[in-house]
Amino acid sequence: MLLSARKLCRSFGANQVLFDVDLDLQAGEVHALLGENGAGKSTLVKILAGYLPPTSGEVLVDGSQRHYRSSGEAEADGVVMIHQELALAEQLSVEENIFLGRELRRGMFLDRRAMREQSRATLEELETDVDPRARVKDLSTSDQQMVEIAKAITRDVRVLIMDEPTATLTENEVKVLFALINRLRQRDVAIVYISHKLREIEQIADRVTVLRDGYLVDSGPMAGRSKEELARLMVGREIHEMYPPRTQLAADAPVVLEARDIVVPGAVKQASFTLRRGEVLGFGGIVGAGRTALIEAVLGLRGKSAGQVLRNGQPVVLRNLRDAVHQRIAYLTEDRKGKGLVLNMDLRSNVTLLNLRAHCHPLIDRRLEEQAFQQAIQRFDIRLRTAVRTAAELSGGNQQKLLLAKVMSIDPEVVIINEPTRGIDVGTKHQIYHFIHELTEAGCSVILISSEMGELIGLSHRVAVMCAGVLTGVLEDEQINEQEIMQYASGIKGVGADEQRYG
Amino acid sequence: MSSVMANNKTADKQIAKQKGFAIDLKTWGPFVALVVLALLGVLINPAFLGLDNLSNMLTRSAFIGIIAIGATFVITAGGLDLSVGSMAAFIAGVMIILMNSLVEQFGAGLTTVLFGVGASLLLGLCAGFINGVVTTKGKIEAFIVTLGTMGIYRSLVTYLADGGTLTLDWAVRDIYRPVYYASFLGITIPVWVFLAVAIIGYILLNYTRFGRYCFAIGSNEKVAEYSAIHVDRIKTMTYMLQGVCVALATIIYVPRLGSASGATGVLWELEAIAAVIIGGTMLKGGHGRIWGTVVGAIMLTMIGNILNLTDAISNYLNGTVQGAIIIVAVYLQRASWRKTGP
Repeated sequence: MLLSARKLCRSFGANQVLFDVDLDLQAGEVHALLGENGAGKSTLVKILAGYLPPTSGEVLVDGSQRHYRSSGEAEADGVVMIHQELALAEQLSVEENIFLGRELRRGMFLDRRAMREQSRATLEELETDVDPRARVKDLSTSDQQMVEIAKAITRDVRVLIMDEPTATLTENEVKVLFALINRLRQRDVAIVYISHKLREIEQIADRVTVLRDGYLVDSGPMAGRSKEELARLMVGREIHEMYPPRTQLAADAPVVLEARDIVVPGAVKQASFTLRRGEVLGFGGIVGAGRTALIEAVLGLRGKSAGQVLRNGQPVVLRNLRDAVHQRIAYLTEDRKGKGLVLNMDLRSNVTLLNLRAHCHPLIDRRLEEQAFQQAIQRFDIRLRTAVRTAAELSGGNQQKLLLAKVMSIDPEVVIINEPTRGIDVGTKHQIYHFIHELTEAGCSVILISSEMGELIGLSHRVAVMCAGVLTGVLEDEQINEQEIMQYASGIKGVGADEQRYG
Repeated sequence: MSSVMANNKTADKQIAKQKGFAIDLKTWGPFVALVVLALLGVLINPAFLGLDNLSNMLTRSAFIGIIAIGATFVITAGGLDLSVGSMAAFIAGVMIILMNSLVEQFGAGLTTVLFGVGASLLLGLCAGFINGVVTTKGKIEAFIVTLGTMGIYRSLVTYLADGGTLTLDWAVRDIYRPVYYASFLGITIPVWVFLAVAIIGYILLNYTRFGRYCFAIGSNEKVAEYSAIHVDRIKTMTYMLQGVCVALATIIYVPRLGSASGATGVLWELEAIAAVIIGGTMLKGGHGRIWGTVVGAIMLTMIGNILNLTDAISNYLNGTVQGAIIIVAVYLQRASWRKTGP
């Protein structure tokens, strides 16, 4: 056995995310690691690659125990991880990247010739025609991934961990990657392959391990296991009390928002959907499937090359978010720190920023602002520790409530919520679910983009599912279950299932 | 709708409590430094606090001060304008040529001066608009764009003056002269203008949507965009405001010497930026303070003034002392931000 993990546990504070997980890797196998978002896959591989220490349990390489204190120590053992977002120095050349941090020298000068020759030899071995002198910035994503792999090989890799390697690749690039994985397999490298795409797993994996909520639920050879079975294993959890009952939709509830044939170059291929009054329309799919791109194109936050938006049956042109606000559409971004809140600004100004006009006559009325802020604290139960001055100092859950208060300040009729519960605690999740219910009871309509299956199923009247830029289907009633969504999200079922992917 | 999310009444009490009494050095730092510097001045030479000296000092700081107030907006919104010094020289040059040529038509009267003033404001507005549009629509860094326009205006004024000096018509100068030299209630006109610009700037930055949007854009442009703010429009407006401030400064500068040349306004941009930074505005944007800028501008003039009054340090070392103070100011800023940051 090349690498083994025994009874690994890991907690972050009081929150345990891994429970007694075992994993065995043999030389020359592709081992797929499956699980929903938050199942603990990333935590597990981070422990293997030395980025995180386990809370308890042990990691064995060649039968002897290891306690990695850094990723560098793991690399010295030949355990290398390629991250979801590639970590290359874009402005440097391929060879400079391959040898970054351990440059060959002759005396006190760089030995460029030796590095170029070794880089070229490695790239040739990978059967890719990437030029070692090319600048990384100018390479395609798949070529950049080749460089990452070349970098790993020159470090004598024995275990290569790939986290969602095909998330940003086109179909052809995926083929190239798979060919490469096959060559690595022949070189006796063990590959840990994390992906949501069951089709790919079926193609490439020798063995498979499934995690769910931090527990190991299945592990064994891929042969004899079906995609459908794996999908069920990944999500097979019951949804309990967490969710309020759905609002009863009137049979004649009018369509308040409609998108027709929206195309976003490189991200969304001709997607259409409708939203009715009082409805929660869920959007499912894996990260990068084009859900956010579609919604932001509808709102005018991104360019779209084609498509039409109708509000209450009338065509409208939304060039930017202000136009959307005029149409009483509110958007809660998934990136609350990068796009949602001004972190170094005080809380009051954050709440009023979207609708500042309402607090001006014509100068900003600080008293009015303060009133609005106090109301927001009450309505959204924002909990202030003492001495909180800026949004950055709030906890994730309170930031989310502050952001909710901000977007609700325009008194919207359509609320679009993107990943409302990412990185927040269960209590706050519960509050947000009930808030969504209150909104629909009051006649608002909600679009809910979420990577959490439970949320989609528990809250949505209908679920639109996307896979690789294609809206593969809109599920209704008893179609809304985890297996079904998973199959549409991984492109097994629905529109475009035959063409596999968009590219 | 509030049934679920309302079970917390202690929050308001907690906010009331957290407004402590400790003096915030980050806020008051520039003022403390100004007082220390003034004390130093008095110790060195009692004449420092004389009315003449104070008045002279404030009048001199008015040019940089007015320009720096404009720069506070640009920098708060995450931009930078290096072209202000050359812009001032260019505007001065055009003003002088225009007024000289209007003497024949309107005589050396108020009309001629008003035309000059109007042209100055218009030029400032246009120059700022160009800087703003090129940075926002062209998506070029402000540093590069304004470095370019800085060179353009500088060479234009040299060209207009044919390498020499443009001189204002003597008769016009007599009429225009009071704008720099006259006083009202014992305070010179430039200081009044400085004060007015500062008050308007304070209200604009702290009590209007424009000001609030400057803070938001300077902190994080993405968040501003996702808050339905027209980011490009607001940024362009900051450059236009900067242009108007430069025009105002030029209007009170021209009657002082009555001339303009390729050497007019050299290094004003750096002094203006220095005043803004000393005043506690963050160079990376998102945090700006008008009164800090005013104090910063006065401090810069005061340093030169104190060196004039003492023999201990050569007057030629003015730049050294100013430079050291700028670096220390930014260092202190950084240290305090680290403590309160996330």
